[in-house]
Amino acid sequence: MTTVGATAAPESRTATGVPTGRLGIWWFLASEIVIFGGLIVTYVLFHLRHPEWTQDARHTISGAGAFNTVVLLTSSLTMVLAHAAVARGMLVRAGRYLSLTSSLGGIFMIVKAFEYGHEIAEGFTPVKGLFWSFYYAMTGLHALHVLGGIVAINVIGAMMRAGKNVHRVEYVGIYWHFVDIVWIFLFPLLYLTS
Amino acid sequence: MASSVHSEKQSFLSTYVFSTDHKMISKQYLLTGLFMALFGGLLAYVMRMQLAYPHSPVPGFGSVSPGVYNSLTTMHGTIMIFWVAMPVLLGGFGNFLIPLMIGTRDMAFPRLNMMSYWTFFLSTVVLISSFFVPGGASPVGWTAYPPLSANPTYSGAGLGVPLWILAVALEFVAFLMGGINFIVTGINLRTTGMKLFDLPIMIWMQITASIIFLFSVGPLIAGAVMLLLDRTAGTGFYRPEAGGDPLLFQHLFWFFGHPEVYVILLPGLGIVAEILPVFSRKPIFGYRAIVWSTIVTGILSFVVWAHHQFVSGMDPRLAMPFSITTILISVPVAITIFSFIATLWRGSIEFAPPMMFSLGMLAVFLIGGVTGIINGSAPADIYVHDTYFLVAHFHYALIPPVFFSLFAGLYFWYPKMFGRKMNDLLGHLHFWGTFIFVNVTFLPQFRMGLLGHQRRIADPSTVYSLGDIKDLHILSTIGAVGLLLSQIPFLVNFFGSLFFGKKVDRNPWKSNTLEWTVDSPPPHGNFPGTPIVYRGAYEYSRPDRADDWWPQDLAPDETRAR
Repeated sequence: MTTVGATAAPESRTATGVPTGRLGIWWFLASEIVIFGGLIVTYVLFHLRHPEWTQDARHTISGAGAFNTVVLLTSSLTMVLAHAAVARGMLVRAGRYLSLTSSLGGIFMIVKAFEYGHEIAEGFTPVKGLFWSFYYAMTGLHALHVLGGIVAINVIGAMMRAGKNVHRVEYVGIYWHFVDIVWIFLFPLLYLTS
Repeated sequence: MASSVHSEKQSFLSTYVFSTDHKMISKQYLLTGLFMALFGGLLAYVMRMQLAYPHSPVPGFGSVSPGVYNSLTTMHGTIMIFWVAMPVLLGGFGNFLIPLMIGTRDMAFPRLNMMSYWTFFLSTVVLISSFFVPGGASPVGWTAYPPLSANPTYSGAGLGVPLWILAVALEFVAFLMGGINFIVTGINLRTTGMKLFDLPIMIWMQITASIIFLFSVGPLIAGAVMLLLDRTAGTGFYRPEAGGDPLLFQHLFWFFGHPEVYVILLPGLGIVAEILPVFSRKPIFGYRAIVWSTIVTGILSFVVWAHHQFVSGMDPRLAMPFSITTILISVPVAITIFSFIATLWRGSIEFAPPMMFSLGMLAVFLIGGVTGIINGSAPADIYVHDTYFLVAHFHYALIPPVFFSLFAGLYFWYPKMFGRKMNDLLGHLHFWGTFIFVNVTFLPQFRMGLLGHQRRIADPSTVYSLGDIKDLHILSTIGAVGLLLSQIPFLVNFFGSLFFGKKVDRNPWKSNTLEWTVDSPPPHGNFPGTPIVYRGAYEYSRPDRADDWWPQDLAPDETRAR
């Protein structure tokens, strides 16, 4: 990724040429990858030992999961468009794309809430079985990160509209892509394993 | 007149409480860590008195039931590792030294730095509060293995364990924030001319330790979430009846737990690496060897973890590979230690307190290291695992990098931090008391372990038949009491010197690194401009120079091309 003039952070020293904020967000992602990685690898190892979990996985709502996948992928697109707009100095357009990204994140959360409600009503609670414990732990942790991302997008969007710290749109974008990629792992592992 | 980032006068709160200045934050971490060290040490006092005289109440505390004893051991270990070693070595020395040694005005993310301290402070409050809830503090060991920790029927239905988990989780978040700051600052904010291989060893150690922590803590965060869910929500991650596996927690815990001891060791070694050259007036021996060894140690630390689990019932085929990696990791650590010893060889040694503690660190750590080889070999470990042999090993391995190094570092950098020197006589008293009594406390424990005395036993009279256990415990307790009393000269010295210590100029030790080029204490903003670095940090006693030292930022009259 190159640093385009309009998105460069103000007066930041960098011995490597990489902007300090970007370096920071990548290291933050490294720590997040190990957290989710730990959970996901644990789930995979357990699933290998428990092939009967495919029966449980049948009761996830694959349609909702597929829809949410499309929602998140689209939100990553709008996020990239927001960053591109910032790079061209088109802050109003960037603001619109950021709002779109945030809304798509919100749709993801609403669909998730619907899924959880439906599954719990049918008796598939976190204590129903170990598969479900993992399902709720993994998707729950992910949903918390989506929520955090929505908050960050809105805070940075507000700053950007005031003309401040526009370089941070790129950083929240990097984070958002990470949240998207985690879902790309969770969807097949939890929904499609039947 | 040094430059100042803030032109307006700052309030008391923003100068001393919610400061974003790395130097103030480092002192906050340092003070909190030292306070918790006192607390952890007093817990050890109660334990040691109980162990020496199991059927008498402990003076100043009362009688110690097995349940209370379990809480004491749990919290002593937890506090020493997470609330003493990490805040002092990383939060304290790391925060203070990194910007100063690399020649910049503050960390890359000063507000994140401030948040990291206050998150840590919150974690401290949560941890201490767990002593006061019904049921008391967590009794399940700092290792918190399920089923004991996951099942309230076994470990009590009170809030002790959940609060412990929450406190540790918050501490992890605090040090993740701090770690990212350290890594990015060290990589990106180095001043002009400060190439990676001109960095002081301390900085390499701090960055490597932060990277190790960052990559190892994730799976345990996942594991801790699962433990909390098992305990409070009735999930079955660790319950065999539900399809779970208690061994899973052990793997998740030790995957972090072993790299963690290197997170603690490396900054401790870094402190020694800075002090030995100054008080030998010699360059550090094998700078590049130390750097590469440190990186290799960091990498290898991720593949040794199951040596903590040889007797856990895990697949026995794992015993050999993990024994091999464990013995292998002693090689890069040994390279570092031998390099330190070679640094001393034919040096002009000055036995000031920082040097005494550095030398003591090496001597005591040696015993910890070689007993690690014994524990790390599965066939031997089967006999000594979870006995006092192990307890002695890890105290010999941890006390040097945590306590000897922190004392060395405090005596050394106190002048820079506070503008005054600590008293030398009290320093020597402190050193000899600490050095002698550490050995009196822990040497007997090797023998106890070899006799078969298991650890975490509240009433040793149940195992007196193994041998001279009673006498060994009493001897060890005499050592522990002596060790605690030996800290009194330090406390008097540390706080007294703030007011009565001899004032110093910028560089009382004639050291080459950049922190000694600014005022003591350094002003807000550290350096008047952008320092320029011309050489590495260890140019001492060059034959072609009149002075026996050559600061990093001194422009050369003549320079040989690199």
